Amino acid sequence: MRDLYQAQRAMRQMRRAALARGVMAVLDIGTSKMSCIVLQFDGPGQFREEDGVGPMAGQSNFRVIGAATTQSRGMRFGEIETMAETERAVRTVVSSAQKRAGVRVDHVIACLSGARPSSYGLAGEVTLESGKCTEHDIGAVLAACDVPDFGRGREVLHAQPVNFAIDSRSGLSDPRDHVGNRLAVDMHALTIDSDAAGNLVHCIRRCDLELAGVASAAYVAGRAALVEDEQELGSACIDMGGGVTGVSIFVRKHMIFADAVRMGGDLVTQDISRGLRVSAQMAEWLKTRHGGIEATGRDDREMIQVDGGQETGDWEHDRRTVSRADLIGIMRPRVEEILDEVRAVLDAAGFDQLPSRQIVLTGGGSQIPGLETLAARILGQNVRIGRPLRIQGLAQNMTTPGHAATVGLALFAAHPQDEWWDFEMPVSSHGARSLKRAVRWFRNNW
Amino acid sequence: MQGLTPSDRPVAIGGRPAPVRPVGSRPQPQAKPARRDPAPSRLAYRLHRIWLTPIYRRVLRVGLPAFALAMVVGLYLSDETRRAELSGGITALVEKVQTRDEFMVHTLRVEGASPVVEKGLQGMLPVTLPASSFDIDLAALRSQVMNLDAVEKLELRIMPGGVLSAVVTERTPAMLWRHARGIELLDAGGHRVASATSRDVRPDLPMIAGEGADAAAVEAMALIEAAGPILPRLRGLERRGARRWDVVLDRGQRIMLPEDRAVQALEKAIALDRTGALLSRDVTVVDLRDADRPALRMGITAQNTLRRARGEPELGPDGRVIDPEEAAKAAAQAKTAGSPQNG
Repeated sequence: MRDLYQAQRAMRQMRRAALARGVMAVLDIGTSKMSCIVLQFDGPGQFREEDGVGPMAGQSNFRVIGAATTQSRGMRFGEIETMAETERAVRTVVSSAQKRAGVRVDHVIACLSGARPSSYGLAGEVTLESGKCTEHDIGAVLAACDVPDFGRGREVLHAQPVNFAIDSRSGLSDPRDHVGNRLAVDMHALTIDSDAAGNLVHCIRRCDLELAGVASAAYVAGRAALVEDEQELGSACIDMGGGVTGVSIFVRKHMIFADAVRMGGDLVTQDISRGLRVSAQMAEWLKTRHGGIEATGRDDREMIQVDGGQETGDWEHDRRTVSRADLIGIMRPRVEEILDEVRAVLDAAGFDQLPSRQIVLTGGGSQIPGLETLAARILGQNVRIGRPLRIQGLAQNMTTPGHAATVGLALFAAHPQDEWWDFEMPVSSHGARSLKRAVRWFRNNW
Repeated sequence: MQGLTPSDRPVAIGGRPAPVRPVGSRPQPQAKPARRDPAPSRLAYRLHRIWLTPIYRRVLRVGLPAFALAMVVGLYLSDETRRAELSGGITALVEKVQTRDEFMVHTLRVEGASPVVEKGLQGMLPVTLPASSFDIDLAALRSQVMNLDAVEKLELRIMPGGVLSAVVTERTPAMLWRHARGIELLDAGGHRVASATSRDVRPDLPMIAGEGADAAAVEAMALIEAAGPILPRLRGLERRGARRWDVVLDRGQRIMLPEDRAVQALEKAIALDRTGALLSRDVTVVDLRDADRPALRMGITAQNTLRRARGEPELGPDGRVIDPEEAAKAAAQAKTAGSPQNG
């Protein structure tokens, strides 16, 4: 836990340095696409901390000066599978974003959608010795959280204090200077496979970039796609990506749960490819151009030319047609299956107990026509498709739901939420305490 | 599939030779060019990043070309003969342009100048004609010529056809000024025109005298204009104390004018003369310095006439009262000498 603390603090320092330099890139490494946007920060002068959420939801102090998207390579289920390929894709996207921005980028914040995230609720409690809660006490209570056994090869990605309680008063977001005797905290920790995280770090290092932060794609997609009320009242953000469908639950502006279903749009494409015996590119094209969920009578008559990219030489085979109803018939069961899995995850997280059960679908997969009605039938009544927040300078083609994680990562870069490592860990235990004990012994005996 | 040989038909043993097909009669499957990897190579990526670094960018875009240019020029100019060649070539080119016939000045044409001034002008010309007009600095020449006192106005111009035209307006002398160092001719504004050896050089001009008279030459001209009826008797004007004028007439008469409104005072004196023939009487000085209290100084004869009438002793030519006894003695001596003398 201690090493992790140091590592995260080092990354935090890096982020500070990038903010001081004014230029930072965010990199969304997805299974089907990789996008990078270069942010320029105007400095701290424009945004006052004490305002809380300022104008434009607190994101007026940065703007996008370069953006690029490329096809992802070497990725599977949101994890890096072939390092060299992924590295090439990262180079491609960073290079073209730099070219558009006209500046060199050294610091990058990345997000990872897969790597088997699992979330834990931690609780900690300390006695307030001064009778008043100080910054030091917050650090102490965060350090005092009883950490469950995450298992081998797990790494903590986020550890956010969700709720503070002093004596019997709970639901405090900022307990500083409160008077009381006991300070308790609820913390949400999100762990991922450390191998996957290590691969990401290595990949970014190979591109001569400094990693200034790592975030979970489910979390950042929620930050971008959920409006403030939804974050406050409780809602789930379902980020339907290519390889992984991320689920994150927000309440009172904090993420309290995140998970990922290892199924995504690539599976739909694969089904189409198998079912219609077409190439993967053709299947992708069919899915995006003609795909749907709800079949109507008209769809039976709508014939789609399936003239695959490659010529097999067989005239009949190269000039087949399928009806749109066939396509929908292939896509719908798979989408239903994904949503069923999401439903299972939400049930396991206890999503039913939240006051408002808003569900926001985002990510590239959420653009399938008719998904809203199907999702409403499976997940619950309050379903909408979430587009990411508009941020200054972002091109129109980056405002689709598919780029929710990218935009959310930019918001995360500009205004990170409090994490455990943002607070000073009390000087450990050992040195100071033994010294104090020695002093006490001396005072008592001499 | 239609048109294909059914597979269940027994194939003839030995087979059938394939028909000879000319190459190219059916389209060959085109080998697609291998799809280029869109990712930049590690080297290209690093070079691009270096290129985007501001300092490298500045060095490569500005520093390097500037350095190369300076290097080439420096190497070329490091040789003495090349430098001389280059500067010689430039000088020759400039010379060639400047000495074109269009720019040459052949003659000097002076208008409205006396022979003395014309000679002086020709002497001041810095070059010998014909010369290039680039070598003649008209402004300097003009200021030099304007130093001549006799020249009032000068228009210098290079006219087409290679003519340097100088239109001179000379000062006309209006009065003579006698001062401690000699006699000078002045124009109406008081500016020196020339020196004169004697009064007789220009008997037609009026004469002024005294220190600072040239500074008040304009007023002097006005006084001479106003002196109409007494002009034949006027010998000149004298500046007193660099402050006011005295009008000096013949027979030792003098009109003392005030500092200001001198012309009016002179007119007043002329009016007195006209009504009472003042100046034709034995009056040595008409003192008009105080306008409220004009005063006259009578001559010795007039005073003696008055004194005789009153029975007072007469005045001598030096202005002193003559003792009657001494006078008688003197008269007796004179009688004995046999040559009567008048006092």
